[in-house]
Amino acid sequence: MSKVRVLVLRAPGTNCDIETAFAFERAGAESSLVHINRFVGGEQRLSDYQVLVVPGGFTYGDDIAAGRVLANELRLGLGEDVQRFIEGGGLILGICNGFQVLVKAGILPGPPGTASTPLTLTDNDSGRFECRWVYLTVNQDSPCVFTRGIEQMFLPVAHAEGKVVVTDDGLPDANTVLFYTDEQGNRDAGYPHNPNGSVEDIAGICDQTGRVFALMPHPERFIRGIQHPQWTRREATEHGDGFRVFQNAVQWAGGI
Amino acid sequence: MHRIEVRLKSHLPDARGTGLVKDIRDLGIESVSNVHVVDVYWLDAELETDTLDLISRSLLADPVTQQYRIVSTVSTGEETAAEHHVVEVTYNPGVVDPVEETVMKAVRDLRIEGVRAVKTAKRYLIEGRVDEVQLESICGKLLVNPIVEHIVGPDTVPFSERPRYQFQLNRVTVLEADEAGLAEVVREFGFSDPEFGAIVDYFREQGRDPTDIELETLAQTWSEHCVHKTFRGRISMGGQTIDNLLKSTIARATRELDKPWCLSVFVDNAGVIDFDGQWALCFKVETHNHPSAVEPYGGAATGIGGVVRDPLGTGLGSRPIANTDVFCFAPPDYPHEKLPPGVLHPRRIFKGVRAGVADYSNRLGIPTLNGAILFDERYLANPLVFCGTLGLMPYELSQRGQQQAGDFVVVVGGRTGRDGIHGVTFASEQLTEESGAVSFTSVQIGNPIVEKKVIDVLLRARDRQLYRRITDCGGGGLSSAVGEMAADTGVRVDLEKVPLKYAGLTYSEIWISESQERMLVAVPPECIDDLLQLFSSEDVEAAVIGEFTDDRRLRLFYHGEPVGDLTMEFLHEGLPQMQLEAVWEQPQYTEPDFPSPEDLGNTLCQILGSWNVCSKEWVIRQYDHEVQGSSVLKPLVGKDSDGPGDAAIIRPLLDSDRGVIISNGINPKYGEIDPYWMAASAIDEALRQIVAVGGSLERVALLDNFCWGDTRRPDMLGALVRATQACHDMALVYGAPFISGKDSLNNEFEYEGNIVAIPHTLLVSAIGIMPDVNRAVSMDFKQAGDLIYIIGETRSELGGSAYLATGGLVGNSVPNVDPQRAKALMDSLSAATARGLVRACHDCSEGGIGVALAEMAFAGGLGATARLKDVPLGEPVDRDDFILFSESNSRFLVEVTPENRDEFEKTLSETVYTVIGQVMDSEVLEVYGLNGQPVVNKPIADLKEAWQSPLRW
Repeated sequence: MSKVRVLVLRAPGTNCDIETAFAFERAGAESSLVHINRFVGGEQRLSDYQVLVVPGGFTYGDDIAAGRVLANELRLGLGEDVQRFIEGGGLILGICNGFQVLVKAGILPGPPGTASTPLTLTDNDSGRFECRWVYLTVNQDSPCVFTRGIEQMFLPVAHAEGKVVVTDDGLPDANTVLFYTDEQGNRDAGYPHNPNGSVEDIAGICDQTGRVFALMPHPERFIRGIQHPQWTRREATEHGDGFRVFQNAVQWAGGI
Repeated sequence: MHRIEVRLKSHLPDARGTGLVKDIRDLGIESVSNVHVVDVYWLDAELETDTLDLISRSLLADPVTQQYRIVSTVSTGEETAAEHHVVEVTYNPGVVDPVEETVMKAVRDLRIEGVRAVKTAKRYLIEGRVDEVQLESICGKLLVNPIVEHIVGPDTVPFSERPRYQFQLNRVTVLEADEAGLAEVVREFGFSDPEFGAIVDYFREQGRDPTDIELETLAQTWSEHCVHKTFRGRISMGGQTIDNLLKSTIARATRELDKPWCLSVFVDNAGVIDFDGQWALCFKVETHNHPSAVEPYGGAATGIGGVVRDPLGTGLGSRPIANTDVFCFAPPDYPHEKLPPGVLHPRRIFKGVRAGVADYSNRLGIPTLNGAILFDERYLANPLVFCGTLGLMPYELSQRGQQQAGDFVVVVGGRTGRDGIHGVTFASEQLTEESGAVSFTSVQIGNPIVEKKVIDVLLRARDRQLYRRITDCGGGGLSSAVGEMAADTGVRVDLEKVPLKYAGLTYSEIWISESQERMLVAVPPECIDDLLQLFSSEDVEAAVIGEFTDDRRLRLFYHGEPVGDLTMEFLHEGLPQMQLEAVWEQPQYTEPDFPSPEDLGNTLCQILGSWNVCSKEWVIRQYDHEVQGSSVLKPLVGKDSDGPGDAAIIRPLLDSDRGVIISNGINPKYGEIDPYWMAASAIDEALRQIVAVGGSLERVALLDNFCWGDTRRPDMLGALVRATQACHDMALVYGAPFISGKDSLNNEFEYEGNIVAIPHTLLVSAIGIMPDVNRAVSMDFKQAGDLIYIIGETRSELGGSAYLATGGLVGNSVPNVDPQRAKALMDSLSAATARGLVRACHDCSEGGIGVALAEMAFAGGLGATARLKDVPLGEPVDRDDFILFSESNSRFLVEVTPENRDEFEKTLSETVYTVIGQVMDSEVLEVYGLNGQPVVNKPIADLKEAWQSPLRW
C-alpha cells in the first residue's frame, strides 16, 4: 500500500515545516515541503496530496496581522483548488500561524467562499508573545477526525496573536475542537491556563466535515516523551501527546 | 496620496495600549487612563474609493476586530477633547519598515496596480490630563526614538524625493597634501599614524593619490572589528613581549590540544566541531553593543540577524538550530534624573533589546535556549548585547570553500541602502553624548523574513552544489566580504549591479553599506543559471556583481569607470602590527568586616531578589524555545516549568538521541579584582553547567567574547592579557578548546569630562556533545527523602560575590580555580550521571550554596534541610554567611536517592563530597549553622516570590 502523501506548505516566514513533516513521517506518511509558488505557478497540484498542512511560523513576518498576507495569497491564488481539495476528501491541518491563515482565508470555519467570517485571531490579552505548555481538552461532540480518541493533551503554545474572538453570531459548538483547561480538564481556568484570553477558551476549531482542523498549540513539538517539560521528573513515555493527531490524520487519509 | 487609519473596535481591549499605560505609570505619570494605538498606512497612489475600501477590508483591517477610515491628510478628527492627546510617529526617511514592503506585495496580490510606495505610522491616542512636560516625557522616553523616528507634524510629507546621484570620482589628496590636510584624512577615516604612513607609502609607489573608496576599503578591512588588531598586536608587559595575543594564548591552547573533532577553528565565520561523524556543529557569538545603545530594538535585532548569518556563511553553509543571548545593562531602577544626555534609560534599552532579539529570533524559527542577563551601573551608556547561533551542517561541507577565477560574485538577499554606513568604525569607537546624533545611519530596522527566505533558499542551493564558497555580509559590508573572499584570487566588481533599496547611493556607499540580510556566494559559470532560477522561484533577490580573477587585485568599477584598485597583498598584509604597552597591578578593595547576620533567610531573599540573580522568566517566555521540536532540557525547568535550568539540551537531529548542551559562563564582578580569575571562573561555570545537566568534558568546545574598555590604555590591556592567559591555562587542563571568538574593545563613554568604562567582561559560551540525551538531569528536587550532596570544596571566596554586593562591597578574595582537581571532580560526577545515579544537580554560582539550595527547592516544589557544619572546606571558614554564600568554583549540589548512596559514593570516591542534608516535603528550606542553630528557615514560597518578583513586568 502506498504511503499517505502529506504536503507541508512553505511560504516566506514558514518555520515549523521540518518538524511537522517529521511528525507525519513518524506517523507513517510521506511528507513533502513545497513552496507555495510551485502551486500558484501551476508546476504542482494540491490534488496530488491527501493532507495539506499550513505549518507554524511568521508568514510575511505577520506584518499587518498574523497570517493575513498568506491568507489572501491562498484565497486569491489557490481558492478553488483548496475548495476542490476539501470536497475531494482531503485533510487540511493548520498549526499556529496555519490556524491564523486558514481563518483569515475563510477556509475555517468554512466552507470556503462564505462571505463573512464569524471569528478571527488577535493579540493575546497579555500583549506579549509567550511560549508555554498548556492543557487542552477535546470536545467529544466535534466531528474532527484529527482528535478522534483523544480526550486531553498537554502541548506547547508559542504565539503573540492567538486569542480567538467571535462575532455575535458565534461559532457553532460542533466547530470547536479544543479548549484550554487546567490539568483536571476544567474550563474557565484563566491565565496562564488560557494563555491568550481566547473566548470560551477555544484553542482549536474544525469545519463541518471535521477534515479541516486548526489549532494554536503545536502538536508537532510533542512527538517524543522527552519533549515533555517535566520528563526528567518521571519516566518519559515513548510518544508525546501530539503524536496521536498525526496518526489520526494518516489513518484517516489512508482509509483505515 | 491616500491615508488609511486602522484601529480596534472600541469594545475590544487594546493590549498594545494597555502595555503603554503601564510604561507611562512607570515614568511616574498616573493621570493617563487609556492609550489607543492606531495603525496608519499612507499609499502613494491615485486610487478609487472602492479600491481603497477593498484594500482596507481585505488586507489592512480585520473585519471582526478592527475598523478603518480613509482620510486624505493627517487628521485632527475625533480626538480633540482637552484631556486627549494625539501623537503620531513615523520612521525617518531612509529607515524602512518591513511592513511597507509586505503591504506592497499584498496589494499586488489583490490585483491592484499603481501603488508606488507605502509608508506606515503609529498614531497614539492618549486619554488623560497630562501637561506639556509630561507629554514630552512620554514621547521622548517611550514613543519616539529620534535616531530612527520622528513625530508626524501637519506638514509631514510621507514620501520624500530622493536625491539622484551624479557620478563623480573622488580622489583624496595625500601625496601632495600639507599637514593639516593629512590630519583631516586620518581623522575622517580613523587611521592610526603608522597605518596611514603605510598607506601613503603604498600610493607613493603607485604614483597616484587614493580614491575615497580605496581608503574606505582599507579603513573597513583594517578596523578593529574586522581584523582584531589589538589581539594580533605586539604587546610589551612586565619586560616580556607578546607577539599576537590570540595566537599565543587562546588559539595556542587549541593547537596544543589538537582535538581531532575540531574541524575548523579560528579560520571561518564560526568554529566547527564534529557532531557524530556525519554532521558537524558550528557555533559563533557576536556582540552588537553600540547600535543597541542608540536604537535598542533595531540594534539588537540586527545583532541576532548578523550572528545567524555567521553559521550560514561557515563551511558551505549550516542551518541555524539554536540561539543564545546574553545582555548586560544598567539596573532597571536607575534614576531618570541621573541619566546623562543622549543616553537611553536602561529599562528602555532592556525592553527594546529584548523585543528586538525575540522578534527577530522568533521570526527566523530558531529556538532561543540559553542566556543570561547581568546588571551593573557601568553598562549605562554601553549596554552589551551578545547574540550567538549554533548551526548544523553535513560533515563534508564543514570546510571553507575555494572559488576559482571566472566564478561569479553573487550577492543574495536584502537590498543595499544607506544602512549602517561606518558601522564598523562606529563599533570600534568610544561613545560620546553626540553618538546618537551622528550615528543614525548606523542603525537599521532588520527584516527577519528576508533573512529567513535567504536561509531557506541558500540551503537548497547548497544541497544542489550551486556555489563554491559562501560568506556573510556583516561589518564593513561588501568591502569586507568581497575583499576577504577574494584575498587569494583577486576580483573585479561592478558596483552599479548591486540591487539598491533606493537611488542616490554613491559608489562608495554601495561598497561599505552594512545593510542586513545579505550573503555572498561564489558561483561557477555552469551553475549560475540554475542558481538565479532557484532564487527567483522563492522570491529572493540574487545579483551577479562581478567575477573572481587570478590577478590578486581588488578592482572596483562603477558603470565601467574604474574607481578603486588595490593589491590583495597590501589590503590584507599591509597593516602594520600594533605596538602596545600593558601593565597589570591588582587593585585592593576594603575587606568586609561586618558580623554575620543572625537570620540568613532574609539575606538569602535579598540575594535571590537582586537583579543579577532574580528570575528572567519574563524574558525567556517571550522567546520561542520549542520551535524546531528539538528541546530536551528547556531553559525553564521543574515542577511548574519556572526553575532556572543550568544549561539547555537539544537534539539537532529529530530521529536521533544524540544531543548538544549549550551553556555559558560570565561574571564581570570577579574581573574587578582579577581578570585572570574572572576568565577562569567563567570557563569553570560554563563547564559546570554542562556537567550539571548530565554532560561530560569529553567533547566540549568554547567561544570567547571579550568586551573591554579602551585597550590603548596599558592597564586596560594588561587586564585583557591576564584574562587571555587564563583562557589558555584553563582550556588546556580541562581539554576544552576555544574554536572561535570575537572582541569588542573601546566600550567607554565620556560624560562631563569623565570616562566611564564597562567592567572587564568575558563571556564564555560552551557546547558539549551528549551521546544520549535520555541521561539528562534537571536541577529541581524530585522527591522528599532524597539525600543532598555537595561536591567540591568551599573556601572563604567572597570577593566579587552577590553576597558582598548586597552591602555594596567588592572584597579581594576572588574565587580561584584548580583546574586539575576540578576536571577530576567533573569527570567523576559525569560518570555518576551517566550511570543514572543523579536525580537532580545544580551548580553553585552566584549566591553560592544558599541560592543553589533555594532554587532546587522551589523549582521542585519541595523543602530541604542542610547543615553548614558538614560542608567540606578547602580552608578554615568560621562564618555561616561565608559558607552559605561563598562563590568557590567547581561545586555542585546533587540529589541522590538513598538506595543509590553507596554506588554514588563509590563513583565519586576520588573527589571531595559530603551529604549536607535531605529533600523534605515540608515546603520549607531549613539551614543549620556551624553551631547547629537554624540560620535559614524560610517557606520555599517566600524564596520563590523574592526571586520572581523583581522582573515580573
